[in-house]
Amino acid sequence: MTPILFIEQMLNGLGYGLMLFLLAAGLTLVFGIMDVMNLAHGSLFMGGAYVAASVHTRTDSFVGAVLAALVVVVLVALVLEALLVRRLYGRDHLAQVLATFGIILVADDLVKMAWGPAPIMASAPAALSGAVEILPGLPYPAYRLVILVAGLAVAGGLYLLVNHTRVGMLVRAGASNRAMAEFMGVRVGRIFSLVFLVGAALAALAGALMGPLTAVQVGMGEEILIPSLVVLVIGGIGSIRGAFVAAMLVGLVDTIGRAFVPLALRPLLPPTLVSDLSALIAGLATYALMAAVLAFKPTGLFPARG
Amino acid sequence: MKLERWLPWCAFAALAVFPLLAPALGLDFYVNFVRRALIFALAAASLNFILGFGGMAALGHMGFVGVGAYTLVALADAGHASAWLLWPAGAVAGGLVAAAIGSVALRTRGVYFIMITLAFAQMLYFAAVSLRAYGGDDGYNLMARPTFGLGLDSTHEPTFYWVVLALFGGVMALLNRATVSRFGHALMGIRDNEVRMQAMGYPVFRLRLADFALAGAAAGLAGALLVSHNSFVSPSVMHWTQSATLVVMVVIGGVGRRWGGPVGAAVWIGLEEIARQHTEYWHLPLGVLLVAIVFLAPRGIAGVLERRRRAAPAALAADGRPVEATP
Repeated sequence: MTPILFIEQMLNGLGYGLMLFLLAAGLTLVFGIMDVMNLAHGSLFMGGAYVAASVHTRTDSFVGAVLAALVVVVLVALVLEALLVRRLYGRDHLAQVLATFGIILVADDLVKMAWGPAPIMASAPAALSGAVEILPGLPYPAYRLVILVAGLAVAGGLYLLVNHTRVGMLVRAGASNRAMAEFMGVRVGRIFSLVFLVGAALAALAGALMGPLTAVQVGMGEEILIPSLVVLVIGGIGSIRGAFVAAMLVGLVDTIGRAFVPLALRPLLPPTLVSDLSALIAGLATYALMAAVLAFKPTGLFPARG
Repeated sequence: MKLERWLPWCAFAALAVFPLLAPALGLDFYVNFVRRALIFALAAASLNFILGFGGMAALGHMGFVGVGAYTLVALADAGHASAWLLWPAGAVAGGLVAAAIGSVALRTRGVYFIMITLAFAQMLYFAAVSLRAYGGDDGYNLMARPTFGLGLDSTHEPTFYWVVLALFGGVMALLNRATVSRFGHALMGIRDNEVRMQAMGYPVFRLRLADFALAGAAAGLAGALLVSHNSFVSPSVMHWTQSATLVVMVVIGGVGRRWGGPVGAAVWIGLEEIARQHTEYWHLPLGVLLVAIVFLAPRGIAGVLERRRRAAPAALAADGRPVEATP
């Protein structure tokens, strides 16, 4: 186990964490401000991945593909919010879960109709297919580096938006105490629509960026949704800062679980047991983290409310 | 109302004679279909016991079904074959795991409870995937169906059907008894006003845990039956989308209604089958239906029936004024 491998895996974990952050940020604001549990957020992620993959295959322009994904998904989110999500606020969480689950079903089949049931090919742009030596003797895939940079840039941008702009102030006010914000004259409904759209854009970006790294297939939204919700819960509902810290934690724990647990167990146990057990531990690691955090801080690390 | 009295018995009788009539109607295939629906009806009823009567929105119930299934798999793999051992073992395993999970999850409320039950279900899913001895992600093929002894042949489809029906009836009777018992009423009290029940001295946590464990046991039994029915199980049965579908079934039937689980399961599985026959994109109409239900009929079929009943007065009182229909 070399230091190079360690750093590489840490960077991978960071990259995964940043993508989770993009998803969780949207989720946490929507849930924090409007108290709407939106399971279909994963479907927006899926939409972003599919659109970016097809546009990139057709036009060979990665930037164009990402922009196309953003535009398409934001438009879809606009319609979704106006027709359905808006009517879900005020309802109990179970109703929200069910309605957004219905949206997931519809989205899955629409994607299947448009792109077919088989996973589609999403390639990284040719210019980024090599490796960059970020430290002497440490080559790292250029594409993953771009994801890291993009993720950090977006995180930074989001931080500035939420903490240093007037809109961001209204968003934080709405997240911390919606009723009071409304009494103070904030048009919380408008803020919510904006937050929903920004969240959708972030999810689409995450999908477009992650497409080349994972399989672009129907159901990818449901897969990434659970880790995103775990980040949401660990970070604290309504808090961007919490989502960021939690996403980093989850990304690192997940990678440590997958990469290093087998290495740690190998000298101790017989081989078949090692692979079964490490698969188990890797899968459970993030949930164990969530349980541990909730045991000490039942409302998450940095809850926006209360 | 009288309808609610005899309708379940009629339905039960119809279900009982169905395998006898099916060959004449050319519906042999559907005997197995109805059997699968019965198993899911059992799972849905167990969820309703937590969701409807206990007021706990648990989004990981299929995890317990999976526990029951994999317990049977583990025992069958070790050489045991008797249903008398395998099925109760599934139920017990489901109950124990539910008690363990509940002891942690029930300390949370609201959305955190939903999240934690979801997370635990995913943990069970990953645990099953990592069990390569039992097929891992590919699933496990049961070599032989559990035997009944007593001269009954479990591989004879109608016989297996009747045993499942009898078990379903038995467990439903048990759950319905529990609902109207003091335990059930305490649960409903906790559902409606937890603080008050706590102030009155009821052991809220323990009652909820008992509720959760009982439902987990019934779900475990359903899981054991499911793997016996399919002769196959895979971790995907515990995926959170399956649990969400189970919640959908309960909501369609009517949350907190006595037969909400079975009715909802029957409707959902029936509609799924119809949709499947017409198109490969059958998720779409079901998804639309789900959204429609949330907005138009949030209390499910039972709610729709109730609204109809309230619209027409039941009878006229002695002085000619209409009597209010009792809900």
